[in-house]
Amino acid sequence: MTVAATTTEAGARPSRAGRRLRAPAWLGTLPFLGYVGVFLLWPTGILVVDAFKNPSGSWNFGGVSTLFGPVVRGYFIGSFKLCLISAVAGAVFGALVAYAVASGKPDGAVRRFALAGSGVLAQFGGVTLAFAFQALIGPVGLLFHPSWYYSFPWGIALIYIYFQVPLMVLVFLPAIDGLKLQWREASESLGSSTWQYWRYVGGPLLAPAFFGAALLLFANALSAFATIEAWENQIAYTVPQEISTSLSSEVGLANVNAADLLAFGMIVMVAVVMTGYALLQRRAARWLR
Amino acid sequence: MVAVTSLGETPLAGPAARGPQGMQRSRLRRLNAFRYVVFTLFGLFIALPLLALARFSLEGSKLGTWSVAAWTQIVSYPGLASAVELTLELAVITSLAMLALLLPTMIWIKLRVQWMSRIFEFLCLLPLTIPAIALVVGLGPVYNRIQHYSLSALQLFWVYVILALPYAYRALSSGLDALDAVTLAEAARSLGANWFTVMFRVIAPNMRQAILNSVLLTGALVLGEYTIAYLLLFNTLQPTLYSISRNTPNAGVVFSTSLASLLFAFALLIIVSYAGRRRRRG
Repeated sequence: MTVAATTTEAGARPSRAGRRLRAPAWLGTLPFLGYVGVFLLWPTGILVVDAFKNPSGSWNFGGVSTLFGPVVRGYFIGSFKLCLISAVAGAVFGALVAYAVASGKPDGAVRRFALAGSGVLAQFGGVTLAFAFQALIGPVGLLFHPSWYYSFPWGIALIYIYFQVPLMVLVFLPAIDGLKLQWREASESLGSSTWQYWRYVGGPLLAPAFFGAALLLFANALSAFATIEAWENQIAYTVPQEISTSLSSEVGLANVNAADLLAFGMIVMVAVVMTGYALLQRRAARWLR
Repeated sequence: MVAVTSLGETPLAGPAARGPQGMQRSRLRRLNAFRYVVFTLFGLFIALPLLALARFSLEGSKLGTWSVAAWTQIVSYPGLASAVELTLELAVITSLAMLALLLPTMIWIKLRVQWMSRIFEFLCLLPLTIPAIALVVGLGPVYNRIQHYSLSALQLFWVYVILALPYAYRALSSGLDALDAVTLAEAARSLGANWFTVMFRVIAPNMRQAILNSVLLTGALVLGEYTIAYLLLFNTLQPTLYSISRNTPNAGVVFSTSLASLLFAFALLIIVSYAGRRRRRG
């Protein structure tokens, strides 16, 4: 190993006997904490505070009520529908793919390609994806020109599933890899069928990981913006689209902190989902060590 | 894509291949049938839009004809080449900044400040719960301040590092957890190594694969990022593609550039996954 070589090379210094004053070790994490503070916590703080302020700068908690107005509620419901459909479909299909990948050679080409491909495709939602589907099933696309391509939520949900499935593969694969072969053997030696194994052993074991991953997919779809914007930029169906609209046309609006409020609502929504994810993950971790 | 490769590979005995005894024959057959069906469906679903993208990128001036014009246009289309260049630069800078920020902190926490590991994990995964579009709303004021000092679109990397945190953290922590860092560090320290040596010459070289993975995931993220660049009005690759597609419907160059960037990221990830394997064996 490289260890021995490098350490002797570095020279055996007679330890740290001479040092008196020692800074506490956690100081070493200050650069990281500072960075996250400036570029993550501060912007979030600004946004949350501004959500409760007037354009003039005074406090105004009444603005929150606009979140429950019929128009804004429509965007949240739209987002919810889209995320639910794409998360459920993506989770089910992705879990099957993950199992098919996991049951192959651990170091094989299939796994390698599936993982690399999933890594790219899960990230690469964005504008590119909308173009690809437009080329395939858009109005002047190659294959069929389904009438529902521009219908919400089904047309866009299909496009979302394209990046949800790879993400599910990435997230769910470790859980399936954690299923021990011995459990299967044990249940088989007790005479169980494949169905019984999945019903009473595998299924319950994987359930928390599965639902956790599905929640992650839900949050992922919620924050996706580029794809839906490239798919249809005239009509706003979801919260991110509406945030974008109110950001770019802020000047003329009576309620300039609309974007702050919407963003705040979104964060609350994702936070709820991700808390559920964390709880389920903790439960899943019990078995998967 | 996946379907094609799966056909080339000999069917395999699944998890049982690891153990000494095989599976029942009927179950093995069913498992393989299941794998072929799933891979075929998944492969078609993944490959068809990409093929459509490829076909559209090769569309001639008349419908139904073939031409490579769209591919040669990538370099000559106004504004596109500079956007590609900017995005690639951003990908490199973001990856380096991410590593510089995350790797030492992570090793340090693992070795010395373990009580912080939960907080650290929470902070790293936090960007998953704050959608990019929400972050951008709060980022406006922060960026206004930065822009006082110097300004180029490369400044985007500050926030891209944040976006990449969860993915990079996952990749790096799986590498760090796979080796016994504490023992390695103790061995190195007892031989007189200082902390710098422990970090960069003992532990980091042992997690090369994880580092490569994190860099690649970060790069892929930057190549595909749209929301923040678009709303802060920077012309990186994705916003540029978007505006080209709005101004000239069905411009071939949009499809060729999209496909090229996808293939680029995919090729890099494949190369990395093979490079990492060879190193481990050698």
